Amino acid sequence: MSHFLDRLTFFRKHVEEFADGHGITTNEDRGWEDGYRHRWQHDKVVRSTHGVNCTGSCSWKIHVKGGIVTWETQQTDYPRTRPDMPNHEPRGCSRGASYSWYLYSGNRLKYPMVRKRLIELWREARKDKSPVAAWTSIVEDPEKRKSYTARRGLGGFVRADWEEATEISAAANAYTIRKYGPDRIAGFSPIPAMSMVSYAAGTRYLSLLGGTCMSFYDWYCDLPPASPQTWGEQTDVPESADWYNSSFLLIWGSNVPQTRTPDAHFYTEVRYKGAKSVVISPDYSEASKFGDLWVSPKQGTDAALAMAMGHVILREFHVDKQSDYFNDYVRRYTDFPMLVRLVEKDGRYVPERQLRASDFKDALGETNNPDWKTVALAGKAGNVVVPSGSIGFRWGEKGKWNLEEKDASGKEVSLLLSTLDLKDTVAAVDFPYFGNKKHDYFTGTDHADILTRNVPAKKVQLADGSEALVATVYDLFVANYGLDRGLGGENVATSFDDDIPYTPAWQERITGVPREQVIAVARGFAENADKTQGKSMVILGAGLNHWYHMDMIYRGIINMLVMCGCVGQSGGGWSHYVGQEKLRPQTGWTNLAFALDWARPPRHMNSTSYWYAHTDQWRYERLPVSEILSPTHMKESTDKDDWGDYSLIDFNVRSERMGWLPSAPQLNRNPLDVAREAEAAGREPSEYLVEKLKSGEIAFASEDPDNPGNWPRNLFVWRSNLLGSSGKGHEYFLKHLLGTTHGVQGKDLGEMGAQKPKEVVWHEDAPEGKLDLLVTLDFRMSTTCLYSDIVLPTATWYEKHDLNTSDMHPFIHPLSAAVDPVWESRTDWDIYKTIARKFSEVAPEVLGKEKDIVLTPLQHDTPNELAQAMDVKEWKKGECEAIPGKTMPMIKVIERDYPNVFKRFTALGPMMESAGNGGKGINWDTKEEVEQLKALNGVVTETGPTAGLARIDTDIDACEVILMLAPETNGHVAVKAWESLTNTTGREHAHLARSSEHEKIRFHDIQSQPRKIVSSPIWSGLESEKVSYNAGYTNVHELIPWRTLSGRQQLYQDHAWMRAFGEQLCLYKPPIDTRTIKPHIDEKGNGNPQIVLNFITPHQKWGIHSTYTDNLLMLTLSRGGPIVWISEDDAKQGGIEDNDWIEAYNANGALTARAVVSQRVKPGMALMYHAQEKIVNVPGSEVTGTRGGIHNSVTRTVVKPTHMIGGYAQLSYFLNYYGTVGANRDEFIIVRKMQVVDWLEDPESKPIIQGEGQPAAAE
Amino acid sequence: MGDHLNMFFFGYFPYIALAVFFLGSVIRFDREQYTWRSGSSQMLRQKQLRWGSNLFHVGIIIVFFGHLFGLLTPMAVFEFFGIGHTAKQLMAIIVGGIAGIMALVGATMLLHRRLYDPRIRATSAPSDHFVMSLLWVQLVLGMLTIPISLGHLDGSKMVLFMTWAQGIWSFQPGVAPLIQEAHWIFQLHIILGLLTFLIFPFTRLVHIWSAPIWFLGRKGYQVVRSRKRPVT
Repeated sequence: MSHFLDRLTFFRKHVEEFADGHGITTNEDRGWEDGYRHRWQHDKVVRSTHGVNCTGSCSWKIHVKGGIVTWETQQTDYPRTRPDMPNHEPRGCSRGASYSWYLYSGNRLKYPMVRKRLIELWREARKDKSPVAAWTSIVEDPEKRKSYTARRGLGGFVRADWEEATEISAAANAYTIRKYGPDRIAGFSPIPAMSMVSYAAGTRYLSLLGGTCMSFYDWYCDLPPASPQTWGEQTDVPESADWYNSSFLLIWGSNVPQTRTPDAHFYTEVRYKGAKSVVISPDYSEASKFGDLWVSPKQGTDAALAMAMGHVILREFHVDKQSDYFNDYVRRYTDFPMLVRLVEKDGRYVPERQLRASDFKDALGETNNPDWKTVALAGKAGNVVVPSGSIGFRWGEKGKWNLEEKDASGKEVSLLLSTLDLKDTVAAVDFPYFGNKKHDYFTGTDHADILTRNVPAKKVQLADGSEALVATVYDLFVANYGLDRGLGGENVATSFDDDIPYTPAWQERITGVPREQVIAVARGFAENADKTQGKSMVILGAGLNHWYHMDMIYRGIINMLVMCGCVGQSGGGWSHYVGQEKLRPQTGWTNLAFALDWARPPRHMNSTSYWYAHTDQWRYERLPVSEILSPTHMKESTDKDDWGDYSLIDFNVRSERMGWLPSAPQLNRNPLDVAREAEAAGREPSEYLVEKLKSGEIAFASEDPDNPGNWPRNLFVWRSNLLGSSGKGHEYFLKHLLGTTHGVQGKDLGEMGAQKPKEVVWHEDAPEGKLDLLVTLDFRMSTTCLYSDIVLPTATWYEKHDLNTSDMHPFIHPLSAAVDPVWESRTDWDIYKTIARKFSEVAPEVLGKEKDIVLTPLQHDTPNELAQAMDVKEWKKGECEAIPGKTMPMIKVIERDYPNVFKRFTALGPMMESAGNGGKGINWDTKEEVEQLKALNGVVTETGPTAGLARIDTDIDACEVILMLAPETNGHVAVKAWESLTNTTGREHAHLARSSEHEKIRFHDIQSQPRKIVSSPIWSGLESEKVSYNAGYTNVHELIPWRTLSGRQQLYQDHAWMRAFGEQLCLYKPPIDTRTIKPHIDEKGNGNPQIVLNFITPHQKWGIHSTYTDNLLMLTLSRGGPIVWISEDDAKQGGIEDNDWIEAYNANGALTARAVVSQRVKPGMALMYHAQEKIVNVPGSEVTGTRGGIHNSVTRTVVKPTHMIGGYAQLSYFLNYYGTVGANRDEFIIVRKMQVVDWLEDPESKPIIQGEGQPAAAE
Repeated sequence: MGDHLNMFFFGYFPYIALAVFFLGSVIRFDREQYTWRSGSSQMLRQKQLRWGSNLFHVGIIIVFFGHLFGLLTPMAVFEFFGIGHTAKQLMAIIVGGIAGIMALVGATMLLHRRLYDPRIRATSAPSDHFVMSLLWVQLVLGMLTIPISLGHLDGSKMVLFMTWAQGIWSFQPGVAPLIQEAHWIFQLHIILGLLTFLIFPFTRLVHIWSAPIWFLGRKGYQVVRSRKRPVT
C-alpha cells in the first residue's frame, strides 16, 4: 500500500530463519519487481529487418511500447525448408540487435538541413527571384558558389523546412537540365535488395528526369569480373543452407563467423555432420578456428596458390588418372572442347581467338550469326562440328540454344576434349609469365617473361583456303598449368617438386605455403568432388576480390571448381559472398526503379569509371600500361598507337566510344539541345548525332572530363555513405569533386612532367569543386552528410514499408513501420515524391515537354551483345563505320514531360502494357498483371496524363507493383517466363513453376511470415523441396546454356583485349606497384621509426560497413574509434605499442587511428576494418594538418582495361554486371607512431604528446 | 530583525520547514522510489572524491549529531551528569570546530569538483549545485560562530538556543523572541539550517534517510522474499 508504511513493519518482516540462521525469509513488499517486469512489456511487435548492406535479411521482432521503439529481438518463425535441413532461425547479430539505438540517438537526423552559407544566399536571392532564377544567380557567380562549396565538411548546417530544402534541390535540377543536360544529374545508391522501394524512389525520380543512375557493385569492388567472364552472370551463388549439403568446404579469404554471422550456423552444423574444411587466410581470422587446416599464404598471392592446386588436380584427376565424372562434366559444360586458333609470332605460336563457324567453308551450314558460333571436334575422326548452345543460337533463331549433346543440325555428337591422340603436330606455344615482376614488397621468381610449352595441334582448312593450326581449349589449359603430358619440351613439370610455374614447389617462394599443404588440400578437394559428384564448395570473399588482379585469383579458384565438376551441383560450387545481393523480384522491381513504365532505356553508368574521371584520380595515375601488358601481345594491324603509351583512362574513353561501357555525362553538349537542333535541321536525330560525332563537332564528354561543361553538377546520395565508406580515393573526392579541405599529398602527371593520356584533354589547372549541389538522404549524421549541401532526414528501417531479399536464404522479407517516422523525417519514397512534386512546380519556369537523346552501351542479354566478333575496330580512328548498336552506343530519343514528373512518379505508366516485361533476355506480356494492379492499388481518378493508370501513391503500393510483376513472387508470371525461355532453348521448363502457379505473394503476407520465392528463369538455381538454391543448377540439370560466347562455362577468354593483357587463361599476376610510398616516406617524417605495410581493409566486426560504427553500443564493445591492426614483429620495428596513436599515410593522404598489436596479423600487412566513421574519435593528422581521414584516405582506385571490354557476348556491359571495378588492396602505407595527437577542438581537449610519459587516454 | 520577520523565521518557519521535511520525505518515498538515491558522481570522475566525500561525510555527521544532541537534550540531563554550561560550550566549540573544518574542507573539494569538472558540471541538476552551495555557506557560517561563541563562554547564549529549539519541538508558544537578540550570524545559520530541511525532500539529500546502517546488523546471508503478502 505504501512503501513507507511497509518499512515501518521492520520488526515483523523476518518471518523465518533457515540454514542455522544464515538465511532468512522475509515478508517485505515485492512491488519493486514490477519495474523489471514492465521493462520487458510492450504494446506490439512488428516484423522488420535491417536495410543494411550485409545482405543478411534477418527477421526481427521490433517491440513498441508507448509509441516508442524499445528494442528488437530475433524472430524464430521462418518456414521450414526441408525436413533434413537445419532451421534457418534465429538469424541476426550483435550489430542488428543494437539498431534501435539509432532511432532516438543524438546522431539521428531530425530535420531537413542546409549548409548555412548556401541558405543565406538562397533566401537573399529568393526575395526577388523565382526559384530557377535564384539558383542561377548563385551558381553562376563564382564567388558565391565557392563560398559554400569550399566549406563542405566543415560544419555549419542550419535547419530548414521541407518546402525550402526541396525547392532548392528542384530548382538546381531544373537549372542543370536546361543549362547542361539531364545526364549531369546523378544519383548514387547501392544494393536495392536492402530496401527496394527506397532505392527505386530515387532512381524513379532520376529516370523520369533523364538523370544518371550509378552502379555500386563494381565500384565497391565486390563484383567479381571473373563471374561474368566465365558464366555470363553477374553473381549467382548458393544460399547458405546449401553449405549443409557440402562435404568439403574451402573457406578462402572470407570470414564467415564475423561477416556472415546469421549464416555461420550452417557451417558449424555441417562440420558436426562430418564435412571437412580448410580455411585459407593470411591472418588468423575468426573463421580459421573452424578449419581442419589453416593455410596462411602471403596476402594477394592467392592466384599462385590456386594455380598450384589446379596443377595437382589436373595431374591426378585429368591427366595421369581420369575421373569419369570430371571428364564428362568438363566435356559437356565447359568450353574445353572448343577450338582455338594458334597464330605465329617469332617462330612460335600464340593462342588467339576461338574459331567460329564463319571461319569455315559455307560457315558449316550456319546462316544465322555464324560469327558467333564456336566450333569443336567430334567423333573418332575429329570432324569439325558446331555444337548447339553457343551465343549465336541465342539470338535470331529458336530452339537450339541449349546444352544437349547435339550439333546445329540436331545430330548427336560427342565432343573431343583433346587432340593428343589425333594431333597433326606439336606446336610450341607461348604463355606469358608475370610472376617475375619486380616488386619492393612481394617476392617473385626468376622465370622468363614467356614460357614456351608444347601443345598438341590439328590443322584445319579455313574458308579462305588457308590452313590454320588449332588446339582445343583443354590442351592449352593443361599446357598453361605447366603439366608434362609426355610431349616433353621446356617449362613443363613431371613432378610436383619441379620449380616450374605452376607446381606446388614453385608457389612456395611466392605464397610461403609449404607444398605438402597445397598437394593435400587439392587432393582432398578433388577426391571429395569425385566421390560425391561435385559436393566440394569454395566460400570466397573480399580478401581475394579487392585486389587489382582479382579476376586471376577468382579464375584460379573457378578453374578448380570446374575441373572437379562442382559448379551447378547442390553442395558444391562457387560461393562468393562479397556485397553480393540477390534482388529476387528483380524484373518486377526494374520497371518501378528505372521508370521503364514511362520510357526506355534509362541512363545507367558504371561508377568506377565515373569517379575515376570526375574525382580526377586519373590525373594521378602512375601505373604504366606497359607494366601490365602481356609479353605475347601482338599489335593489331589496325592499331595505330603503341599500347604501351596509353594511360588507363585512354582505354576507358575508347571503350565508351565503341559503346562498350556507358558514359556520363554522355556528350559534350546538352542532349536536349542536340535533339532540338536535329529537329530544326529536319534530320533523324540518331543520324544527325552520328554525323556530328564523326565530324568532331560533337564529342564524348569523357574525352574532356575536366571541362566545366562536362562536370557532374547535381548529386543525390541515399542509402549510402559514399564519402565515409566506399569512396576510394576519398581525398581526391574532397579535392576535385567537392572542392574543399583535403589531404592529397601526391602531384599529378602535369606537375611531375610525366606522360599524359592521349585520348583525354589535359587542363593544366585541375578543377576543384565540380559539384553544384550534393543532396544526401540519411537517418544519421554520416560522413557523407557532413560534406553535403542539403541533408534530408529519412525514416529508419523500423519506420517504413519496404522489401528486402538476400541470396543467403530464399525468403522475401518486409521492412515495416513499427512507428511513424519520428521528428520531421520521411520515408525515402515520400522524400522523392516531395522532390518530384516540387520539381513539377518549379520546372515550367524553364522546361516543358522535351526531347532527350540517350546513348546506351551494347548491353548484355540483348542482341547488341553480338557486336564485333573478330577484331576490335574503332570508328573514331576510321577503322570501321560508325553504326549505333554495333560499333558505337545505341542512340534513342525519349520524350520527357518535365511538368508532369510528379504525376508520372505516382502512376504505373503505359509502357508495361505496350512493351511488356522481362529480364536477362527473356520477355513476356504482362497486361494481366497491370490490370490486377489497377484493381489492387486503385486507378488515378484525377484528369491528366495519368488518368486511369494504376496508382503508386504509398510505399506499400510500390511494394505491390514489384510483387505483382515479378515471376519470383507471382506464380503466373513465373510460368509465363519459363514458357518464354522454352522458345529459345527448345526445351520444356515450365514444370519448374507449375506447382507454384497460384502462389501470389502480397505485402501483408510477408509481414505475417517471410515467404519462399518461386523458381524463375531469371536465376540459375531452383528453390524446391528437392534442392537448396545453388547457382548454375538449371544450366547443368535443365541444360540451359550459360550466357557466354560458347554457351558453356568459358574458361578461355579470347577477346583481343584479353589477349593483349595475357588473360586468355588464368595465371598468377602479383599485386601492382601503386608508387605511393616514395618520395613521401623521406619528406614527412616525425622522428619516429616508419614501417611500410600492405593496407588491407576487411569487413568489420563492430559494424556493417560504416553503419553501426557510430553506434554507442558497438563503440562500447570495440575500442571506440578507428583502429589499425598490425603484427607484433612490425610493431616492434616501428616502436609501436598496443593502443598507441599511429598515423598511416602515402601519396593519397593520411589517416589517424590507434594501433592494435596482435599475433593474428601476418607481418607485412596492416588490417584496418573498412569504413570506420570519421566522425568518432579521429584526431588531426601530422601529415595533412587537417583531421585524419577514413580508410580510403590512403587509397586511390586503379582501373583495369580488360574490364572495359564490351559488346562481346558475356563481356558486355550491364548495370552492376560488367565494367571497371574499384580495386584498392594493392596499396601500401607508411605507418608510424604519432608525436602529437591534436584533437583540433576546443581548448579542453589538449593535444597529447605521445612517448613523454603522458598516458594516451586522459584520466 | 523586526518583530514580524523574527516571528516568521523563528516562530513559524521551523514548523513549515519540518512539516515539509517529514511529509515531503514520506510522499517522495512512496511515489518516487526510483528517484530515491544519492546521485553519486563516482562513475564520472574519481578525482577529489575520495578525500572530499569522506572528509565531508565524517565531518557533517559529527556536526549533525552534535547539533541534534546539543540542542535537544533536556537541560536536566546535563545537570544530572554535572556538566556545566561552560564545559558544554567548550566541548561544542572543540568537537564542532574540528568536525566543521573537516566538513568544510570536504565540501570545498566537492563543490570545486562539481563546478569545474566538465563532465560533472554537465550532468548536474540545478538542485545539485544549490544543495552543495547551501551546505558550504552553512558550514562557513557555522565556523564563523566560533569566535562569537568564544566571547561568551558562560554558555548563556547556548542555553537560549537550547530553550528555543526545545520550545519549538514541544510546541511552546512565544519562543521566537529568544533569538531576536542573537548575533546575525547565528540567525542566518538557523534560517539556512531550516531551509535545508525545507528543500530536503526535493533534493538528493533524501539519501540520508536510507543510509544502509541496517546492513551492519543484518541477519542471514541469504534473503528469501516470501510470496505471501503480509496481512494488513
